[in-house]
Amino acid sequence: MSVLIIAEHDNQQLNPATLHAVTAAAKLGEVHVLVAGSGAAAVADAVKQVAGVGKVLRAEAAHYAEGLAEELAPLVARLATDYRYIAATATAFGKNLLPRVAALLDAPQVSDLTEVVDGQTFVRPIYAGNAFETVQSDAEKLVLTVRATAFDAAAASGGNAEVLETEATPAQNLSRFVSRELTQSERPELTQAKIVVSGGRALGSAEKFNEVLTPLADVLGAAIGATRAAVDAEYAPNDAQVGQTGKVVAPQLYIAAGISGAIQHTAGMQDSKVIVAINKDPEAPIFNIADYGIVGDLFEVVPQLVGELKKVV
Amino acid sequence: MKALVAVKRVVDYNVKVRVKADGSDVDIGNVKMSMNPFDEIAVEEAVRLKEAGKVSEIVAVSLGEKKCEETLRTALAMGADRAIHVETDAKLEPLAVAKMLKTIADKEQPQLLLLGKQAIDDDANQTAQMLAALLNAPQATFASKVSIGDGEVTVSREIDGGEETLALKLPAVISTDLRLNEPRFVKLPNIMAAKKKPLEKLTPADLGADTAARLRVVKVSEPKARQAGVKVADAAELVAKLKNEAKVI
Repeated sequence: MSVLIIAEHDNQQLNPATLHAVTAAAKLGEVHVLVAGSGAAAVADAVKQVAGVGKVLRAEAAHYAEGLAEELAPLVARLATDYRYIAATATAFGKNLLPRVAALLDAPQVSDLTEVVDGQTFVRPIYAGNAFETVQSDAEKLVLTVRATAFDAAAASGGNAEVLETEATPAQNLSRFVSRELTQSERPELTQAKIVVSGGRALGSAEKFNEVLTPLADVLGAAIGATRAAVDAEYAPNDAQVGQTGKVVAPQLYIAAGISGAIQHTAGMQDSKVIVAINKDPEAPIFNIADYGIVGDLFEVVPQLVGELKKVV
Repeated sequence: MKALVAVKRVVDYNVKVRVKADGSDVDIGNVKMSMNPFDEIAVEEAVRLKEAGKVSEIVAVSLGEKKCEETLRTALAMGADRAIHVETDAKLEPLAVAKMLKTIADKEQPQLLLLGKQAIDDDANQTAQMLAALLNAPQATFASKVSIGDGEVTVSREIDGGEETLALKLPAVISTDLRLNEPRFVKLPNIMAAKKKPLEKLTPADLGADTAARLRVVKVSEPKARQAGVKVADAAELVAKLKNEAKVI
């Protein structure tokens, strides 16, 4: 029983998020990876070196360039004939594409799975991570999106898979790519970062958010996250949102500054190895899940913390 | 043009659900229910497009138990023109919902189909994409801005690294992100007026739909509990703990 994984990339580089799906899929059978794109030879080269990948299928067409679901879904559905499982990482790309594939295949989808129990049994979070359901299916085909933080990344080297060209499907022309604006950042990518520093509404303004959190992130080499409230108030860009409707992170260290700890936020960070909370309200729910807490004014505590960290790191 | 909006009745987002002792499901007896927040945003967007003269009629659809009527009345009070309730006690999976919405869309012929990006109970994030596939229509998921042009709709969508903009041919399926709009507060006269608006009743059988579950829920369990840790006095003590005890810096 083999698994087809859809690689996420920008035609230049493989998104490391895909490596987590490889690890989950390896529990189900032989892993093949589809690289569909335009001028994406370098991506196929990178994928063939990923440990655990048996074959790379490469489809080239101009209409695959922007990763549009309308164009990719018919290709994946055609290739799916040879696979029992179709999988991708539960990123914006995977979430957008895979349900469209599932419907074309008339197959059920298990979203955001956190555990592969066996070939028919999977665990996934529901109700913002307040419960986990174990689902079972003997369906002929199953579509899966994988929660990256629940599986280690497969090694990016050590593999030597064969690359096979596969014919492109015709252009659908239902939708047209117009533009893309990416947040520019020198920092590690939020979902891959080992340390994440996050701020909430208590920061008060975009200026304060940056003034307080940037030195802390700098000294730790951390990514910066935010609550929905901080994003809505435009203290931080939308793609920095951590939580049920934003990104799910599980870094080694998560520092929550001025974050109360609403369930919609903790859904996105409660699997962090060590959680630190800095909040002036000793009753804030974030202290119920924090390994270390400081009750105090973040505008005083965070600069002190930066000073102390500079002495040791 | 006609807009179709799908709304779901879910446990209110403020409720912290508990898993039943027998591990069969979460306990949602006697908890507050309300319209899925993302669906409220979808209704709001449809109403704004109607107010802007781009949409002529809004049809709200909900599938599920009898009480979904209340959810549809809320949509009508927000400004939807009429409602369709597909009544069933079956626990519906996204694919079954998408198939029934497809049948309704074939009959109603909406140009715009608006859905929330995910329901906050099953967190599946599937239905809109599945509906688009079944209709062979374009999709714009996680929409943060929608503008209707001539024969196409331009949508900005939230992606992991930022934002992208797509132009879709009509009819198109759009799923809403939180930042698309701020839903209006429903006023009492509108609630009264909504009671008089038409609400059509259907059953899955009327739509020729199979509602059988394809995924069997074997068990529902509590997440691994995190224990509250320790409070430390100051930044120096915190750094010492992170370095020597937790060893994460």
